[in-house]
Amino acid sequence: MATIIGIKTKREFRGLTRWGRIFRNLGMILPVIVFVVLIFTAIFADLGWIGLPDVGLAPYPYDETSLPDRRMPPAWVEGGSTKHLLGTDTLGRDILSRAIYGARVSLSVSLLAIAITASVGTVLGIISGYAGGRTDAFIMRITDIAMSFPPLLLAILIAVSLGPGFFTVIFALSVLGWAGYARIIRGETLRLRNSDFVAQAQIIGTPSWRIMLRHIFPNILNVLLIGITLAVGAMILAEAMMSYLGIGIPPPMPSWGSMVADGRNDLDRAWWISTFPGILIGLVVLSGNFLGDWIRDKTDPRLRQL
Amino acid sequence: MSKIILEVEDLRTSFFTHAGEFKAIDGVSFTVHEGEIFGLVGESACGKTVTGLSLLRLLQEPVGQVVGGKIILNGRDILELSKKEMREVRGKEISMILQDPMTSLNPVYTVGNQISESVKLHQHVSDDKVEDEVISALRLLRIPAPEQRIRDYPFQMSGGMRQRVVGSIAMSCRPHLLIADEPTTALDATIQMQYLALFKDIQKQTNVGIIFITHDFGVVANICQRVAVMYAGKIVETASTSTIFKAPRHPYTHALINSVPRLDRKDDRLYSIEGQPPSLLNLPPGCRFAPRCPDVQEICQKEQPPEVEISEGHTVSCWKVK
Repeated sequence: MATIIGIKTKREFRGLTRWGRIFRNLGMILPVIVFVVLIFTAIFADLGWIGLPDVGLAPYPYDETSLPDRRMPPAWVEGGSTKHLLGTDTLGRDILSRAIYGARVSLSVSLLAIAITASVGTVLGIISGYAGGRTDAFIMRITDIAMSFPPLLLAILIAVSLGPGFFTVIFALSVLGWAGYARIIRGETLRLRNSDFVAQAQIIGTPSWRIMLRHIFPNILNVLLIGITLAVGAMILAEAMMSYLGIGIPPPMPSWGSMVADGRNDLDRAWWISTFPGILIGLVVLSGNFLGDWIRDKTDPRLRQL
Repeated sequence: MSKIILEVEDLRTSFFTHAGEFKAIDGVSFTVHEGEIFGLVGESACGKTVTGLSLLRLLQEPVGQVVGGKIILNGRDILELSKKEMREVRGKEISMILQDPMTSLNPVYTVGNQISESVKLHQHVSDDKVEDEVISALRLLRIPAPEQRIRDYPFQMSGGMRQRVVGSIAMSCRPHLLIADEPTTALDATIQMQYLALFKDIQKQTNVGIIFITHDFGVVANICQRVAVMYAGKIVETASTSTIFKAPRHPYTHALINSVPRLDRKDDRLYSIEGQPPSLLNLPPGCRFAPRCPDVQEICQKEQPPEVEISEGHTVSCWKVK
């Protein structure tokens, strides 16, 4: 936390046209658009949650089968129909509708898992770094164990013993995921712990919990935020992997991972079944990474372009 | 002489590392009176800052520990207080100003917010009174337009201004004792003079006792009433400022004063003391200054010199004086 250059005006924007400004911040604008659209469609897939199950963005219910329309290609491909814009799967279910409902599952699972892992990891990391000594050694050894355990193996173990379901998936993703946060946050805390402003806070008699909450936590927020945005992609991928392996959200509830898995036997004759959910997974992972990079560039004084 | 607020008796602080025990402070005794500026002078790594941190009990435990002695503040030994009681003492009875104003403030809060933290911790006053206290603390350090300044962030202020804010935090609860750890070292010469004048002013206004840690004899001459000279974890000489400058008795004090550049003498080369301070891991059995001392005798190598009071308030630890 060396000198922070005190520039009140947004000098980085000066001299740029509006399009120049937009272009420079595409790394933030595009991912935000992707997330807003996806969250919007997830919420308004249907309005069942306010008592209107028949109204919504999804053209069909996710489990409505139509055997005559099995493996119908997307509308713009020969043999396709505007009835099913992105085609249908092997049971004749509408891919677009399932992808929209899938956003619900994929996003809620990954966001909840991130909320849990980030909170646990941050709390443990700050305590570990600030307390030091035995507390630190104890927490860090547990972190080491968590990081050295193969996550997929544990996820399978948990899914098998608890039975598949929404909360099982979240639990399986969270049980090891906090360790990475704990490590990073501990490192940042160590750096801040020896800084003069923490010493100054101790000098005036500030209790330890208050120093952690008021002086250390706000100063690690940027690192935490970068970690979270990068984790969005990783969590969606992990959830997709679990669903692909059949230990995720149980059918017929769609998640993007299970949709990709559904189409794997038909890749040669019905490529669209796996491709569209696959594109969505890629899009979200990429958006998370871009957003993380953008935040890092903006908050790290060494990388900030003036 | 006015009331004694701090009495340090035979304070010993060590750092326990893999290499062994570093005796950073080895039997230091001194007193500070109400409304007095007491200088603690010595070269780098002689234990000045560690003395300050020991008084606040803010050493990084378990590596750094006070291993002996007494710190009697306002009549009670603060080494015997519980951690919670000690937190009450910090900021309220003893406070400290650190060296570097650029890093002593938290970049994410306004200065008003940071000063109010101490006020809220120690003075149980209503929220609208807190702001009054904050403004009065800024006013004490003569910060212009405090009503506007409380909404500024540290990065909007200059180094000198920030050091005043740090001073405001330290003084916000009007402590009895203020430890100033080289508060002017990071400032340029003109701002330094202003800051020193401010210190004298604060001391007069609030009657606070100040321990002024420095390596600069110019600063000592300017503001201190009494001075203790430290060398390798021990105080070698304590006297009033005028005595220290006119009649230093310890060879180290003498050498230190001689090494200050002076305008009224034409020297080609600046005086320097030969050799280096001893390693705190491997201290000589006798006087610590013996290896570098120009007046070394046989006994100096073997036994540590006792502390002798040669006149009222002037104590020296040197065999030559004995």
